[in-house]
Amino acid sequence: MGHLNTPNDVEDLLRSLSPQVLGALMRRFDDFDICEDAVQEALLAAATQWPREGVPANPRGWLTVVASRRRTEMWRSESARRRREEAAFASAPADIEQGAASDDSLELLLLCCHPSLTPVSQVALTLRAVGGLTTAEIARALLVPEATVAQRISRAKQRIKVSGARFRLPHEAERSERLAAVLHVLYLVFNEGSTASSGAALHRVDLIAEAIRLTRQLHERLPEDGEVGGLLALMLLTDARRPARVSDDGALVPLAEQDRGLWDAQVVAEGTALITHTLATAAIGPYQLQAALAAVHDEAPRAEDTDWQQILGLYELLRTIAPGPMVTLNRIVAVAMVRGPGTGLRELAAAERDPALHGNHRVDAVRAHLLEMSGDLAAARDQYRLAAQRTLSIPEQRYLASRAARLAPDRHT
Amino acid sequence: MKYLILIYSNPQSREIWNSFSRDQRAAGLRDYAALHESMVASGELIVSEALADPSLAKRVTSHEGQALVTDGPYAEVKEYLAGFFLLECPSMERAVEQAARIPEAAFGLVEVRPIMALDGWDI
Repeated sequence: MGHLNTPNDVEDLLRSLSPQVLGALMRRFDDFDICEDAVQEALLAAATQWPREGVPANPRGWLTVVASRRRTEMWRSESARRRREEAAFASAPADIEQGAASDDSLELLLLCCHPSLTPVSQVALTLRAVGGLTTAEIARALLVPEATVAQRISRAKQRIKVSGARFRLPHEAERSERLAAVLHVLYLVFNEGSTASSGAALHRVDLIAEAIRLTRQLHERLPEDGEVGGLLALMLLTDARRPARVSDDGALVPLAEQDRGLWDAQVVAEGTALITHTLATAAIGPYQLQAALAAVHDEAPRAEDTDWQQILGLYELLRTIAPGPMVTLNRIVAVAMVRGPGTGLRELAAAERDPALHGNHRVDAVRAHLLEMSGDLAAARDQYRLAAQRTLSIPEQRYLASRAARLAPDRHT
Repeated sequence: MKYLILIYSNPQSREIWNSFSRDQRAAGLRDYAALHESMVASGELIVSEALADPSLAKRVTSHEGQALVTDGPYAEVKEYLAGFFLLECPSMERAVEQAARIPEAAFGLVEVRPIMALDGWDI
């Protein structure tokens, strides 16, 4: 008997066992949609029974037996029209239970991030099948109705079934592409968790912690992969600043104005060590470069100590291997910090011709920032206002409006 | 990203609907049902509703803790909100593509508005 009797302990245990149990079933049966439902039911049974009756001596075995029984029942009822001999299933639970507790989370992640699914479905399915979250928890975390999440999950499972995807590692050639989709989903989960919500936070699963937990698991499975290590480091180095990112009144605090004493030094140290090791040992990639950028910021004791020369160098590299509108803009900020706001503004004017940046409020926000640096406060204020009008983020809107107001002390608009 | 697709109604669109035969109306409703189903299937639909006639609307004004309720909106309003779709999709382009499939789009009565989010950009 275990001593994990509080509901929270049981919940944590169930979530860590969930992908293992699903993996065990998948290795035996390979019908994802039914196995996944069966595991959910077993988790539900455990969540109600264990806090009351105590955790069984072999919790993983218990869950696996219950889930595979349930799976067999479901399969039987579903296969009324496609009869097959059922003898194989009578012995199934015992077979499975004896299997070693091997780590199937990579195979599961690859299945949940299958290319036949849309990113929103990949996120929902990953959180449920690998993260062990319930549909209700996922819905609260993603701020969408539970019915929408349930719909996404069931459609996603149908698509996987139709696509004929198997529960095994893809060939070498396909693997890096498939792994890139997994990393993207984990990154989406992490970003989804950055939502600066106040009232709702109490009842929401911490998606940042969840993304870090899953990425850490993946890193343990693939310690040699530079991008997995890079993504984990990026998450750690970004999350370390979380306590300083939002002020007491809920407003967003820009990096340059954050109280760096609030940063989690231990997490910064872990992230920095990880990215340093990864850069020295693996082939370079975009997540590693973004982590390296975060590390340079995190290493500066004060904003004015930031090594902008190094940041500019990293953005040059990132622009070569993974160009994109946000890389372009961030690089221009670094250019302005190294070569002055005039150079930055000229490059911004040229960059704005890119359709991907045209009309983007972040161009206005960067221009406002550079104009403020150059001392043209009236023009900066107008650009901050324009950016505030165009953003779709409430915290950003508050921040940009407050910058505009700060530059117009004589006005109260 | 979440987008709200707003569908308006005006005298011209109402007249067209009223002039429809039974079969035409049934076909119109089937089109709507198919559109709804495809948005559910893609996982994009969060909620969609049709609004009751504006003559049933109440205008609420609160004053010193007291709610003052009047019938509304103003009678002279010819164009009013008739229904909406709340979608979650990757881009404005995609939301516009979905909005274009709504029959009222043929009369310029469909509008797409992005929803503000709480996520913050690391600045």
